[in-house]
Amino acid sequence: MMDNLSLLVQVPVLNIQLLLDGIFVGSIFALAAYGLALVWGVMNVKNLAQGDFVIMGGYIAWWLSIDVNIWIGMPAFNFDFLWISALHISTTAIPFLEFMKPAIHPIFGLPVAVVVMFGFGWFIYITIISRVIGKDMFTSLLATFGLALVISQLLNLAFGPEVQVAESGFEVNSFFDGMVTVANIRFISLILAGLLAAMVITFMKFSRMGQAIRATAQDPRAAKVMGIDTERIYAFTFALNAAICGAAGALISMIWVIQPFFGIAHSIRSFVIVTAAGLGNLPGVIIAGLGLGVAELYSGFVFGAELQQFTVVGLLVAILVWRQIQQSRHRQPVQ
Amino acid sequence: MTFKQKQLALYGILAVAGIAAPFVFPAYTFQITVMWVMILFAVTWDIMGGQMGYNSLGNIFFFGAGMYTCAIVQIGLYYDVAQYTASYGAIKVDFTPEQYFTGLVLGIIAAALVCVVFAVILAHVVFGLRGPYFAIGTLGVTLSAGELTGAWEYVGGGGGIALPVFPGEPDDRALMFYFMGFGLAVATFLFVKWMFSGRFGLAANAIRDDEEKAEGMGIRTMRVKTTGFAVAAFFLGMSGAVFGNMIGFIEPLEVAFPSVTFGIFMVIMCLLGGKGTLWGPVIGATLFHAFKEVTWTYMLGWQWVMLGGLIIVLVVFFQQGVLGWMQEKWPELFGIEVDEGAIATALAGPEIDERPHRGEAAQ
Repeated sequence: MMDNLSLLVQVPVLNIQLLLDGIFVGSIFALAAYGLALVWGVMNVKNLAQGDFVIMGGYIAWWLSIDVNIWIGMPAFNFDFLWISALHISTTAIPFLEFMKPAIHPIFGLPVAVVVMFGFGWFIYITIISRVIGKDMFTSLLATFGLALVISQLLNLAFGPEVQVAESGFEVNSFFDGMVTVANIRFISLILAGLLAAMVITFMKFSRMGQAIRATAQDPRAAKVMGIDTERIYAFTFALNAAICGAAGALISMIWVIQPFFGIAHSIRSFVIVTAAGLGNLPGVIIAGLGLGVAELYSGFVFGAELQQFTVVGLLVAILVWRQIQQSRHRQPVQ
Repeated sequence: MTFKQKQLALYGILAVAGIAAPFVFPAYTFQITVMWVMILFAVTWDIMGGQMGYNSLGNIFFFGAGMYTCAIVQIGLYYDVAQYTASYGAIKVDFTPEQYFTGLVLGIIAAALVCVVFAVILAHVVFGLRGPYFAIGTLGVTLSAGELTGAWEYVGGGGGIALPVFPGEPDDRALMFYFMGFGLAVATFLFVKWMFSGRFGLAANAIRDDEEKAEGMGIRTMRVKTTGFAVAAFFLGMSGAVFGNMIGFIEPLEVAFPSVTFGIFMVIMCLLGGKGTLWGPVIGATLFHAFKEVTWTYMLGWQWVMLGGLIIVLVVFFQQGVLGWMQEKWPELFGIEVDEGAIATALAGPEIDERPHRGEAAQ
């Protein structure tokens, strides 16, 4: 551990590499966290499936970027588990139609992920979230935890537990005599993340729908009286959140790795960022997101990879404790 | 028979069934032992989650802490732990029966005590958090405990520790652990029943209903919460020690701090049975474990999807649980008296004064 620390001091260029990489992944964390803050602020639902939405978006972009057989036909005559054999494309199956899906570059997979996740988010809202929305807060937490379990396991069944990367095929640039290497895709992803964030913020500020969402967040009853269909606003907000997650996932699949069970870590990252920044604090979310990315890479470098996950959860606990100390100063006995 | 006698008869039947089970179904001793541990999980989770309204997602932390404490004590009494874990298999580890049992007993006691200490320390960290923050905070504590233990070389890191081998026949071993699990579950149940029959139960429920008011009424909420947490930790730590020895090999992420399996099972079992009741967790744990054991192997990888679906369905549609549903359906079975007259009045609606009032008549 001390070796790594002294290495950082002796070779300051390494800091640049860590900082840059931290900012690249951190921008995506901030994007997902913004979605969480949106849903949290508007409908008071804490979405523990946030990270799984991200991973799902990643898998959509990844799946589109590889050549795979699209297979339509009768599953194997294994009637006890028809659907299972359909997923693991069985050899004894009878194909009606079989063709190769063309590979789409993951950057073009991103809009597809956004659209698919938007629909998925709407579906999840109607089936699950709309039923837990008014109930106590633990209910939404637990229901989305169940959802997270279902999504990650389905992804695992469909794509297997291997770590995947969507190959974008861009060049890798080196600076400082090869001490710092940055793939072009990382710059592109940073720009895309910024663009997406700007789009969402503009949408929230200026469009009719964005105004309605903000009005509902302020006071759902008053919004209803003013003729806003709050139920539709909630559905749209949740779907928008899923779409943002889909975009974040597509970016993550290009510059980092995806794996079915990485979702919970992404959820916790989003919670860390939102808790640190506070609700409705957009600059805070961006700074906290970038900070978390940098902190995670630094700790991964200094303490070793096995403690990188710990940094995220450890930071969560630390921030919660710190918030508590901060709050207790405001807590005064009734005179 | 009076209610009291009926209750005693029920306890008698259950005790006899519990003692007889491993002799009647010797092939299933292990599964039934796990069932008792599950019941213990559900009952201890209910202390905080059901009765006090503090829904923890991280109670399993104490299970793992107890497991590791017990292992360290058992091995540390006679060997150097670091050496034992580092050179697993290289040095000959031999425990005489005397050493084994001393280590086990001392280990279980140490596990319980260390977990209580952990609970008291943690109470100061997590009890300022409310609602979802509490759930996420406790989840964070457990996840980080798992990751930290995985990086701790002294206890073998992610590779885990093999615990001392039982000196005797496998059947005796299974029976011993069965009765340890059974005894622990019964002790937990009786203790919780006793604890909630008095002042403590009332205070806990007051905290669940409205913590600020409870504090205003002079209840020392922090003390009550810490006590509840410590009691849960005490029994969970012992169960962890017993469970670890029964499995024989412990490892941080899957066995000791399994936040997505046992950690979430305890919540589901309470919800299924009906949280905030004495028997709800027991019923829920039994049903859940039986269902899981029967169906798990037939689902070919779909079991986790089913589990997630079960959580969603339970949370969304069946919050009151089996016992809550039964209480609504047959209240007289539970000694709840329903005031028919009051209900009739309530259904008829408030008495409406139909005379026109001054000022309204003009409209």
